[in-house]
Amino acid sequence: MSEQEKNNTVLDKRSSRRTFIKNSGLTVGGVVLGGALGSLLIKDDKSATTTKTHNHAATPKANPNVALMFFTPNQYQVTQAAVERIFPEDANGPGAKELNAAIYIDHQLAGPWGSNVKDYRLGAFYKAEENQGPQTKILRKDLFLAGLVSIDKYSNEQYEVDFKELEAAKQDEVLLSFSEGKVELYGKISSSQFFNLLRTLTIEGVYADPMYGGNNEMLGWSMRKYPGSRMQYVAEIQDEKFIQLEPQSLNSHMGH
Amino acid sequence: MVTKLPKVPVVVVGMGWAGGIVSAELTKAGISVVGLERGKDRTTADYTMGHDELRYQHRQELMQDLSKETITYRNTLSGKALPMRHYGTFIVGDGVGGAGSHWNGQTYRFLPYDFEIRTKTIERYGIEKIPAWMEGLEDWGITYDEMEPYYDTFEKMAGISGETVELWGKRTNPYPTPPLVKTPLMKEFEKAATSFGYKPFVIPAANLSEAYTNPDGISRGACQYCAYCENFGCEYGAKGDPAVTVIPVAKQTGKLDLRTHSNVVELTKSGGKANGVIYVDMLTGEKFEQPADVVVVASYVFNNSRLLLNSGIGTPYDPKTGKGTIGKNYCYQVTAGGSQLFFEDKEFNLYGGAGALGIEIAEYMGDNFDHAEVDFIHGAGIRSTQYGDRPIAVNRVPAGTPNWGAEFKEKSIKYANSNFPVKTQGASLPHKENYLDLDPEFKDEFGYPLLRMTYEYTDNDRALGKYMSKITRKFAEEIGADIIDTNEEQGPFNVNKDSNTHNTGGVIMGTDPEKSALNTYLQMWEAENVFVLGASAFPHNSCFNPTGTLGALSYRAAEGIQKYLKEGGLLVKA
Repeated sequence: MSEQEKNNTVLDKRSSRRTFIKNSGLTVGGVVLGGALGSLLIKDDKSATTTKTHNHAATPKANPNVALMFFTPNQYQVTQAAVERIFPEDANGPGAKELNAAIYIDHQLAGPWGSNVKDYRLGAFYKAEENQGPQTKILRKDLFLAGLVSIDKYSNEQYEVDFKELEAAKQDEVLLSFSEGKVELYGKISSSQFFNLLRTLTIEGVYADPMYGGNNEMLGWSMRKYPGSRMQYVAEIQDEKFIQLEPQSLNSHMGH
Repeated sequence: MVTKLPKVPVVVVGMGWAGGIVSAELTKAGISVVGLERGKDRTTADYTMGHDELRYQHRQELMQDLSKETITYRNTLSGKALPMRHYGTFIVGDGVGGAGSHWNGQTYRFLPYDFEIRTKTIERYGIEKIPAWMEGLEDWGITYDEMEPYYDTFEKMAGISGETVELWGKRTNPYPTPPLVKTPLMKEFEKAATSFGYKPFVIPAANLSEAYTNPDGISRGACQYCAYCENFGCEYGAKGDPAVTVIPVAKQTGKLDLRTHSNVVELTKSGGKANGVIYVDMLTGEKFEQPADVVVVASYVFNNSRLLLNSGIGTPYDPKTGKGTIGKNYCYQVTAGGSQLFFEDKEFNLYGGAGALGIEIAEYMGDNFDHAEVDFIHGAGIRSTQYGDRPIAVNRVPAGTPNWGAEFKEKSIKYANSNFPVKTQGASLPHKENYLDLDPEFKDEFGYPLLRMTYEYTDNDRALGKYMSKITRKFAEEIGADIIDTNEEQGPFNVNKDSNTHNTGGVIMGTDPEKSALNTYLQMWEAENVFVLGASAFPHNSCFNPTGTLGALSYRAAEGIQKYLKEGGLLVKA
């Protein structure tokens, strides 16, 4: 309990991420607390960490998890642009791009889930009724790549420019058309099937434990005052007041 | 090649609650049991990194691998069933503990009305109250009072936390542990309920309210309200789970031969009895035949029906004639009629909670209110729950908000801690054309036909949902939410969207072998040494989570199996 910070501060509505971090009670003397990277460094050498994190905004510290195991650089950039429209930066704090949702998506599509290994894939793929769920054979990783190709193609057809170069409002229009299944994707696959995958992965990338590559510095959780992975809330759930706790990731369970 | 193993007294298929209870009871009585479980063994150590929403809830860590086996689904008899290719609606457990590891822990008794539903409905309203399509509605062949000792045993074993409620059947004992705490959200519900003259109660929970030692000597700690129950295992062992209660007890006797990764694909039979089972080692692909005097089928609702149908045991149900029993009376759960409340200036600690933490009223359950003027029977619990809102799964926004983009982000964050639902949990009654059979086309990885589900909500469900929506609306208005969204209509069933996983029926109990597959010891009328356990035995689903009744029936079946091993023959005369 002792390390739990309890406050009811309403977050400052200014959009700067630094301001957000400062006002959400996550920093002490410029050290970002709670992030897996920050915690490890603090354990090793507190003074060195303090020095380094002073430069945090100017030169982000290398996070070895931020590297591509699936996307090409261009695919990554289109994905970054798309996720940012699903979950944009606003007064609450960073958007999906800064939260590393595209890194999360890259890692997920590279893994077993991207290849549908636990899905039923036997038998013929018939056209489904509305209530029977998708019956397409395409794997998630291939659906996603087909969607990225299609996003750029459609953007060029509509606005003669790549998706990532479009202004936000036009990007939203492109994505709206995809969500409504209005765009030709690949074969008989609906663009809404791709959109649903993009939407699901973005939300996961914003809110899954940071060990998966997204939810950078647990800021996805902080924004909604979600404390992450803590072991108990016996006192909090009985309290009439809202109690905001600093988020903890699964990393904090290591060594228990 | 099939390796034939030496015969054993009892083989149990599936090591969830039903299989675990039977294994514990039989081994304590000195009877040797072989327990076959298709998944892995599990202890609380498996959950050290358990607070991982993505892995457990959205990647279904504790669930059956659908690449090997799934169900196929269609809405109506005339449709073509297609496979459920990934999880949506149902979560089907896998591994030691089964669904008893990943459940929420809401542990109800069914009402006295449920067990005699046909008789009591006709007595009060006349036969015309039961529509022709509901002709499968039957008494269970056992009364609440006869069930009471088995409920009591289950509750003591699992340490259920709760309070005695009026408008229910009589209890011989209070719950073994007091109810869970009342949170501010629950107090809002309580205040509204009391103002209407209802008597709210805290939902009975298998999440322990305090440390508890059960009659088997198993000690467990109290729930910490960490909010990771459904889809997750409990690292504290505070949630009643076969893996921390009955299975360790069975193991301690030295009489349980637990074989994990052992997937039963068929029962063998001769002369109206089962000889044993065929199973596949899922790690090596080796096939074994395990002969037994008694075969206990305790896998899950879906696989119980499928195993019997694939083995040619029992008469398949025919929805056109209404004859046959295996696959009959598949029922689900009705949850239409809920109201979602949003607040501008109230925040609740919604990140905390427990799978069975909630408050409810009994006034609209079963036949606790007069149905003379309404066009449905049975009812629903009206309830508010606090499971703990996990951020990937729960992003409640007022109706009309898009599900992505700037407005979605703003609203989902704004209301993340400023909302709660007043929900319904309604009974699901049998429809002649809602049933389970074998799919004519799709197969599992071994080439056995998949189970085909034909299911749609009924007129009873739609009328019930609509009626209950008025009650939840009334609650929401009394509580004084700033925005209230009420779901008045029960839409069509969608296998990837509906969010309830209470499946019942298919191998139902009763008194008439023409209408039921089992007697009230869950012994098959057509194969006396086969006992089929689980919610598959329910002739209908009540307005409750099924586990309490499933557990009670498992204790009764364990009693029946011991009697059968001594005396043989059918335990109940048809």
